[in-house]
Amino acid sequence: MALTRITSPHAHAKQSTSQVMLWVALATLPGVAAMTLAFGWGTITNIVLAIAFGTALEALAMALRKRPPGFYLKDYSALVTALLLGIALPPYSAWWIILLGMFFAIIIAKQLYGGMGYNPFNPAMVGYVVLLISFPVEMTRWAAPLPLLGEVQAPGLLQSFGIAIGGSTFPIVDGFTMATPLDLVRQNSALMISDLKEEYAQFGSWGGTGWEWANGGFLIGGLLLLYKRIYTWHAPLGMLFSLALLSAIFYDGGSSASAGSPLLHLFSGATMLGAWFIVTDPVSSAVSNRGRLLFGLGAGALVFIIRKWGNYPDAVAFAVLLMNFIAPLLDHYTQPRTYGHT
Amino acid sequence: MLTKILQTLSPATAISPVQPERYSPSIMRMRKIWDIHGGIHPPENKTQSLGERIRQAGIPAQLILPLSQHIGAAAVPIVKVGDQILKGQCIARAEGLVSVPVHAPSSGCVVAIENRPIPHPSGLDDLCIVIDTDGHDRWRERNPVENFASCDKQTLLGIIRDAGIAGMGGAGFPTGFKLNVRDAREIDTLVLNGTECEPYITSDHALMRERAEEIAEGIAILAQLLQPREILLGVEDNKLDVVAGLQSALQAHDFNALSQRDCIVEVVTFPTKYPSGGEKQLIEILTGKQVPSGRLPADLGIVCQNLGTAVAIADAVLRDIPLISRITTITGEAVDRPCNLEVLLGTPVEYLLQQCGFRAGENNRLVMGGPMMGFALLDTRVPVIKTSNCILAPTEAELPKPPAAQPCIRCGFCAEACPASLLPQQLYWFAQGKELEKLEQHNIADCIECGACSYVCPSNIPLVQYYRAAKAEIRERDRDMQQAEYAKQRFDARQERLQRLEQEKQAARKARQAKAAARSKQSGDADPKAAAVAAALARVEAKKVEAKKAQAANSAEDDPVQRALLKRKAQQQAEAADPQAALQQKVDSAKARLEKAETRLADAQAENSEHLAAFEAAVQKGREKLAAAEQALAQPKEKSTDQPASN
Repeated sequence: MALTRITSPHAHAKQSTSQVMLWVALATLPGVAAMTLAFGWGTITNIVLAIAFGTALEALAMALRKRPPGFYLKDYSALVTALLLGIALPPYSAWWIILLGMFFAIIIAKQLYGGMGYNPFNPAMVGYVVLLISFPVEMTRWAAPLPLLGEVQAPGLLQSFGIAIGGSTFPIVDGFTMATPLDLVRQNSALMISDLKEEYAQFGSWGGTGWEWANGGFLIGGLLLLYKRIYTWHAPLGMLFSLALLSAIFYDGGSSASAGSPLLHLFSGATMLGAWFIVTDPVSSAVSNRGRLLFGLGAGALVFIIRKWGNYPDAVAFAVLLMNFIAPLLDHYTQPRTYGHT
Repeated sequence: MLTKILQTLSPATAISPVQPERYSPSIMRMRKIWDIHGGIHPPENKTQSLGERIRQAGIPAQLILPLSQHIGAAAVPIVKVGDQILKGQCIARAEGLVSVPVHAPSSGCVVAIENRPIPHPSGLDDLCIVIDTDGHDRWRERNPVENFASCDKQTLLGIIRDAGIAGMGGAGFPTGFKLNVRDAREIDTLVLNGTECEPYITSDHALMRERAEEIAEGIAILAQLLQPREILLGVEDNKLDVVAGLQSALQAHDFNALSQRDCIVEVVTFPTKYPSGGEKQLIEILTGKQVPSGRLPADLGIVCQNLGTAVAIADAVLRDIPLISRITTITGEAVDRPCNLEVLLGTPVEYLLQQCGFRAGENNRLVMGGPMMGFALLDTRVPVIKTSNCILAPTEAELPKPPAAQPCIRCGFCAEACPASLLPQQLYWFAQGKELEKLEQHNIADCIECGACSYVCPSNIPLVQYYRAAKAEIRERDRDMQQAEYAKQRFDARQERLQRLEQEKQAARKARQAKAAARSKQSGDADPKAAAVAAALARVEAKKVEAKKAQAANSAEDDPVQRALLKRKAQQQAEAADPQAALQQKVDSAKARLEKAETRLADAQAENSEHLAAFEAAVQKGREKLAAAEQALAQPKEKSTDQPASN
């Protein structure tokens, strides 16, 4: 018998932070599978390289901070950050793009602030935004959806790794990259939305060929996490609601000035990834449920504002980082009413 | 999972599944209940210890009775080592209002009153009365109340206080104090807590199952005492087997007559959830009201009592049995026969464990109380006390040691679980940074330390421990601030006093000058001009002197050393002027001092003061001094006759 001084509670639920992180990682799989079907092996190469770099950087940072790397790698937070950045980057990104992005995500945005739990900004989004600002050409060249490739042969898995590790950016024939539906809507100033759809094959059924699959995949993963109570509905539904509402207000009947339908906005770009995997990051968002609802609403509104009036076709990363800034303010004004207080 | 869904779907009513038609409408009613925020559903682990009926634990060779088994001032021993005592005899009296006495649980001999290990989270020792039992279990004379319904309130309260009853649900608040509400009918609702929401513990469950009649008697006495409008007996729906028994036991009493108004008595069941049994939580579940922060349930017209306490009250009033035993659950995988025992207070835990087939080798910690709020014992010799509802002896597989804490990712599971609607993740953050003001702003004082947040925390952070430490820090800071405030008040008062004295002096001086001026005017000099000049000169001169004096007095007044020096100087001057007179004065003052010391000594002797020795010494010293002074006075006299002073 060991009479040890352990403080209450003595019982503990059998759930660990590592498990939470693994569930998040697992829940990205439907979306990742859909992206692979839609855009080829490029997403997989992104993810594999990002995880390799992320793990190495995390271990390095822990060694420099004189902490046991094994213990901290086991929380799988670096894995999730790497996964999310790998998914967000354009498929077939070069290794140095991924390394740079992971460096900013893991070292600058996370470890320099004190490691997991202490980062005020979403690490994956910091990495993404640094790359987007620094390498706009590489970061906006998105692979065409496989069904629209026609004659052009998409690279196989090994070939994809060759592209990424070769460091060259797209040595591939013309027509392999294509403007995304959100690009087209942004650049359009003459055509009605219905005409756009006829003109460009990219638009698909509602969110763009390939894009609607990917967004559907992330929606499924997100609902799984909601069911598993990894997070509450407040942030994701808040973001989707405000984005849908604003895009409905500015749909303008599909005129040439229209910003696109609510369905296009919900199922295109990084909407679902952002709603179910980025704004739900607990560390850098607000703490209370009301705060998280406001956080989601704000992020959704910012996504639409930047998509319609900003300089970038998509805006989830910027929207989330801007909301990260005001999360402490939200916390201040959304403290829940404690028992026995009025 | 399915049961959980069914629970949430089922209407929130107090329907008993057991033959509801047997009961009259006043006892069996549909009742709305409320939900509390948060809460958790840990594995209940209650069936293990409910297999048998309550057994008597028997009389151990030695009983160890801590003087502080309750919240409030410790009891004061009224027996001496070597005293023979009888069962039920009071051995320590209550100290003040918020305190309870201690009684001998069995007959025997007091063998020690000393510090022993006690069941307390601190693991420290405290003063205990140790009794070697004689095995005869001989009672003192008992005078039970024949008909409690004819007793007045103060009589009943007196019996409850004298029986040493303190809340038996865990906190141990003196029951007599809690029940002493100012006016009759101030209490609308009497809540009986049969929730027992902590996993493993079944002592109240066993009590409800086997001693429903005694519970009903206790409730009847409480009804007589408080005269409530409604009596609600709250039971979680994992104990539905006790509802019928309780209801039929309650039928035996006429509550309308006891409370002298229409009184509704209900057994209310509600979904099992931890921590529904917290006083504030149960009140919200049953009444929908929240006890305002920093106030008492009595402010809402509610009094809440544990069922075990009700039984103790019935025993005290109807059978004249003071609180000398209680039901304690012995459970956990490391005991072969988990059960509920009726235990004499003071029984060492090891004595109970032995009876239940304790396998020390497999046990990884010993907990008094439940797995959520209980504390680890550091010694198996600690006794069972009034609040000990459970001894939990788990194996490592059952309640593993907590793994190393990971960083907080602010997932918010804790906020979802918190029954007080706090933000535990924020409290943790502020507690780490020692931001006491932020902690207060986030209402850390309203944390009931139920442990739900720590239970769900995926990073295994001992959150409750952080809050306990932070609360202690806040208390310490408040105490420091209070002391600083007192010091400031003292300083301000002194400054004010000095200023006032100075002003009074000034005023007196002015008055004197005015008088002098008036006098000089009256003397009526022939030349008014010359007189005026002379008066002015005199005034200036007087002022100068006064100023000098005031300065000296001032500095002397400010500084005792300065004052003493001045006195000494004056004395020396006087001595120099007239040595004989000075010596005479010395003798006189020594005489006066001696007289004073002698009267003080006489007083001290009359009062039997503990400083007697000091006073005696003072008188002795005074005598010596007087002798020395007289000698000094006599000597120079002789000298002066022989030869004149050489100054």
